[in-house]
Amino acid sequence: MREPILTARDVTREYAPGQGCLGVSLDVWPGEVLGIVGESGSGKSTLLRLLSGQESPDSGTLQFIDRHQTVWDLCSSSESDLRYLGRTEFGIIHQNPRDGLRLRISAGGNIGERLMGVGERHYGDIRAEAEKWLAEVEIDPSRIDDRPAVFSGGMQQRLQIARNLVTHPKLVFMDEPTGGLDVSVQAKLLDTLKRLVHDLGISVVIVTHDMGVARLLADRLLVMKSGQVIESGLTDQVLDDPHAAYTQQLVASILQVN
Amino acid sequence: MSELTGYNFAYLDEQTKRMIRRGLLKAVAVPGLQVPFGGREMPLPYGWGTGGIQVTAAIIGDDDCLKVIDQGADDTTNAVSIRRFFAKTAQVATTEVTEDASIIQTRHRIPETPLVSGQILVYQVPIPEPLRFIEPRETETRKMHALSEYGVMHVKLYEDIAQFGQIATAYAYPVMVNGRYVMDPSPIPKFDNPKMHQNPALQLFGAGREKRLYAVPPYTDVVSLDFEDHPFEIQRWDGVCELCGADDTFLDEVVVDDQGARMFVCSDTHHCRSRRGEDA
Ligand SMILES: Nc1ncnc2c1ncn2[C@@H]1O[C@H](COP(=O)(O)OP(=O)(O)OP(=O)(O)O)[C@@H](O)[C@H]1O
Ligand SMILES: [Mg+2]
Repeated sequence: MREPILTARDVTREYAPGQGCLGVSLDVWPGEVLGIVGESGSGKSTLLRLLSGQESPDSGTLQFIDRHQTVWDLCSSSESDLRYLGRTEFGIIHQNPRDGLRLRISAGGNIGERLMGVGERHYGDIRAEAEKWLAEVEIDPSRIDDRPAVFSGGMQQRLQIARNLVTHPKLVFMDEPTGGLDVSVQAKLLDTLKRLVHDLGISVVIVTHDMGVARLLADRLLVMKSGQVIESGLTDQVLDDPHAAYTQQLVASILQVN
Repeated sequence: MSELTGYNFAYLDEQTKRMIRRGLLKAVAVPGLQVPFGGREMPLPYGWGTGGIQVTAAIIGDDDCLKVIDQGADDTTNAVSIRRFFAKTAQVATTEVTEDASIIQTRHRIPETPLVSGQILVYQVPIPEPLRFIEPRETETRKMHALSEYGVMHVKLYEDIAQFGQIATAYAYPVMVNGRYVMDPSPIPKFDNPKMHQNPALQLFGAGREKRLYAVPPYTDVVSLDFEDHPFEIQRWDGVCELCGADDTFLDEVVVDDQGARMFVCSDTHHCRSRRGEDA
């Protein structure tokens, strides 16, 4: 029987009246990519931080089921448990790779860190695994000893993905992972992401304001406005037949650009 | 040595000493844990052992006998000054003989002569935080210690091997104390790391600038971090000490004449002299 791996109910974090994330409920199913779209300031990043345990909600409940079928109540979990989940069950891809990489540590060290963090102590194995993951994200493995500071933006983002996926997390959170990249680099990265997500069967929650990214990656979409989810459904459904006027505007705005 | 008037015993006031002792008790109770203390200004600059001096001042008593070494030598300026400082301010006996000392304050070495139960080794520490290289924020490093998040220590060793083909870290080589806290052993050579393990003496660490105390109680496990396929190793030399012939000590290369001739000698001057029958 399949059940959601992440369940949020009435999750609220209100920074100022009407600002933040207000009473959001959602389920994330095994192997699905859930897209979160909405205008700037609508609460997408806030929701992502709450779902991934980086910030605690004022109210609401969050439940996660890990690979051992252990049920976690994320709202009452200790910081120690949340950080443990953060480096084993979760992956977090930041928009700015500088927030998600150690720029003065080699690419291999960046990938190896999570392995060492969960107790891997064989240098040769760690290095082999790092090389394998560089190849997975289409970075030449001979760059293993280079520092990410000398990588292009697209390569840094690929490295960030490898660094997160190396411990096979069950659920990966991405906040505008292609945001800072130019269009052709973006397209290639999206292909890589799509392949990895499919091959690994991981679940993904991805925040984007780019309907093209949403269309390409997401199975389902949530549309946020002023901290609330105002529309949700299968991606094609939401994009091709938006109900809320706000969603119609969002979709229309990109159609004009195209 | 002439007595100095106008100062409290061992220079520090009793209240400060009590405060340091409380910190030391906590440090001994939780081996490897860095305990903050309200460090005092000392009559010498940071980097000259102010942390070690405050620890020594807090624990020294009338009947103690003090030895001070700097890089293994009793006769360098820094070692001589600190020894004189306590001889004057506490009128305690001093010695260069490791076996005779009840307290040994050290910068950069652990004596070659095995320490015994009852002795105290006081380390001068410049940077107490082993995680600082990767994490500048104190709040974050504290959290990492509290949660035993030590993966990044191995990242450092990984980088060494990736760059140099081996673990190149030769000083301040990180250790795991009592299976719980990762600790910076101060800039001793990794040659000395194995001596910390299960040592019968009490080992106290004082960092003056950063105002931290930590400790390794007698007979505590101290394990140097490493990889299964790159195990921890100590420095080795091809030759022996050219003065005493020792083949199991830490050797310094010294220039012996104006022509630049060099030789290898024991860094522990007392150990070397006693092997040559010069010390009683
Ligand atoms: N740490 C914070 N402290 C105070 N207010 C915050 C904080 N984080 C977010 N907010 C506010 O909450 C609201 C939602 O912000 P959030 O960053 O989640 O929006 P977003 O949808 O991610 O926007 P963008 O697309 O621009 O990244 C905004 O009004 C923002 O100012
Ligand atoms: Mg955002």
